[in-house]
Amino acid sequence: MTSTFNVVTSQEYKYGFVTDIEADSVAPGLNEDVIRFISTKKGEPDWLLEFRLKAYRHWLTMTEPDWANVVYPKPDFQKIVYYSAPKPKKPQYASMDEVDPELRRTFEKLGVPIHEQEALAGVAVDVVFDSVSVTTTYREKLATVGIIFCSFSEAVKSHPELVRKYLGSVVPSSDNFYAALNSAVFTDGSFVFIPKGVACPMDLSTYFRINNKESGQFERTLIVAEEGASVSYLEGCTAPQFDTNQLHAAVVELVALDHASIKYSTVQNWYAGDKDGKGGIFNFVTKRGLCKGKGSHISWTQVETGSAITWKYPSCVLLGDDSIGEFYSVALTNHKQQADTGTKMVHIGKNTKSTIISKGISAGDSSNSYRGLVKVQPKAEGARNFSQCDSMLIGQSCSASTFPYIEVQNRSARVEHEATTSKIGEEQLLYFQQRGIPAEEAISMIINGFCKDVFRELPMEFAVEATKLLSLKLEGSVG
Amino acid sequence: MLSIKNLTASINGTPVLKGIDLELKAGEIHAIMGPNGSGKSTLGKVLVGHPAYEVTGGEVLYEGRNLFELEPDARARAGIFMGFQHPIEVPGVSNAAFLRLAYNKKAEAEGRDELDPLEFDDFIHEKIKLVAMKEEFLDRSLNEGFSGGEKKRNEILQMAVLEPKLAILDELDSGLDIDALRVLGDAVNKLQRPDRALLIITHFPRILEIIEPQFVHVLSGGRILKSAGKELAIELEERGYDWVLEEAAAGSQR
Repeated sequence: MTSTFNVVTSQEYKYGFVTDIEADSVAPGLNEDVIRFISTKKGEPDWLLEFRLKAYRHWLTMTEPDWANVVYPKPDFQKIVYYSAPKPKKPQYASMDEVDPELRRTFEKLGVPIHEQEALAGVAVDVVFDSVSVTTTYREKLATVGIIFCSFSEAVKSHPELVRKYLGSVVPSSDNFYAALNSAVFTDGSFVFIPKGVACPMDLSTYFRINNKESGQFERTLIVAEEGASVSYLEGCTAPQFDTNQLHAAVVELVALDHASIKYSTVQNWYAGDKDGKGGIFNFVTKRGLCKGKGSHISWTQVETGSAITWKYPSCVLLGDDSIGEFYSVALTNHKQQADTGTKMVHIGKNTKSTIISKGISAGDSSNSYRGLVKVQPKAEGARNFSQCDSMLIGQSCSASTFPYIEVQNRSARVEHEATTSKIGEEQLLYFQQRGIPAEEAISMIINGFCKDVFRELPMEFAVEATKLLSLKLEGSVG
Repeated sequence: MLSIKNLTASINGTPVLKGIDLELKAGEIHAIMGPNGSGKSTLGKVLVGHPAYEVTGGEVLYEGRNLFELEPDARARAGIFMGFQHPIEVPGVSNAAFLRLAYNKKAEAEGRDELDPLEFDDFIHEKIKLVAMKEEFLDRSLNEGFSGGEKKRNEILQMAVLEPKLAILDELDSGLDIDALRVLGDAVNKLQRPDRALLIITHFPRILEIIEPQFVHVLSGGRILKSAGKELAIELEERGYDWVLEEAAAGSQR
């Protein structure tokens, strides 16, 4: 039976190709000159350069966090390329037709719905390639209702007052080691602004891709929903297959004002390294949403399948009274992958509610940890939390851990935590096989059942993608 | 249909089947009986390909083919069915979806049309009547939170859906009250056809009052000690197993 599990988990990574595009890069290494170079290259205002330098100086005083349940060689920050942009054949793209054909083919391989006819499917896309946003579709249509959806660099130029107002307001530049690094060197990302009372008429989507071998990806995403506004945002990521590790240290900030709602969904499929643990992305990401206004609502849904190392805790700060935070997560690890992921729900306002549903799946020799904090502050009268953390083990040599932290400082709060661990063992597989269902399909069916509560939170096409992805990732694993 | 010759098998290096010979023909119902730990459940598990057991010798022909050349799922599609003693629970997988996938896998293997969810809905509503299952169980997760009896009902429902040529029912009566046993036993009888065979594995003879076997075999210590007609089951009901074991021990000393 070991052999069956093994066959099912050794599927190759299909996004592991490299695109041969001329890139405009800075030499590896980090110092204030590199930061000034990035800032100048992007034509940034002084206040943003100051923001970067302040973050950098603070970063120098910080040390890498080591509390997570992951083991990896510490990245050498002087060997990373902090700016790499595909060199445009022309300075600006008037339309998609002018984009480098190589790049277009890459997106086709990735299945990014970049063409107009595919965009008609109703997804507006921003594509970030290495460090630079390549194209944003549907933008004019969105602008007619006052929605701003563009690359971060463009937002700095066209809406500096908005960026300045909200940048770092949820994740301060000194928040943690990787957030500080990102604040110093971020190169691009997405910016979304939904004005008061507007419900965004389509899902917004960003695809991130790391192409350059030495480059790190430090993107920054900022989403602001004003009073009564709502938006659903999707993020997808892939990277080529290299035998060295690439660093991905992103920061995502969400701000929801009174009665606004933001739904943020991620399907993360960075390259995970080979089956012996060589190569792969180090994914050290800070994602946080601020439910600033009364009755605001932020929901994170993530399907984490890639990356050699994952260190990621999409969180909600529930400041406004009656605000709601949600976290739905599927984290799958296989081979030598290690993930330490979860969430923080910080209840500050009255009658705030949070829900955490976490499903961890470990196969191969991987390690998968859930780490979550539920904190109820003294004034959070009537706060409620429900957490459910389920782990599933496939095979004999993987591990799953759960680290729930609960801090309650208000007596009227109600916090519930449930956890289970199960195993796909030979008995389960035999049951399916005895009904004529081959092992691979059996695993896929069991896993999808296990993840159902999370998948139903995903937009339809993402849910389909996520289902396929999990099956692919587990090919070769059961035994 | 099934021909077992001198079959030996072990688990973790410990022999549990020590030379089984058994012939099952189409239309026949056989019962394997024996005390706990006799190896009778092992026989069923070996036949369906449970990975924990290693076949160490002998041969099993199913419809003339070497059974052990087939993967467990291929054996199922070839018409072998096991009603499990302890069916597993699978959260999040709907019973109906599972039943339909199983049905379609077999239909595909036999070159019949697969059923879409609507067609299957009509099909399964006929089938659940046979085992007197409530409709709500179709929408629930596979066996999750089912009582022991409901799980067994679901096993026989699966048997009705898959219409196997050879059904092995492992301790169908465990966890069933007498009324439920009657319903499921009658369902199994209705499913029996001249071209199908049944192998009933049981500790207690009472199920054999409902599903009447033509042949009863007593298995103990990994061997079949005695084979006879239906009357053997009645004798076991009255006298227990010890006398068979003693008789066999005496026989081997002679």
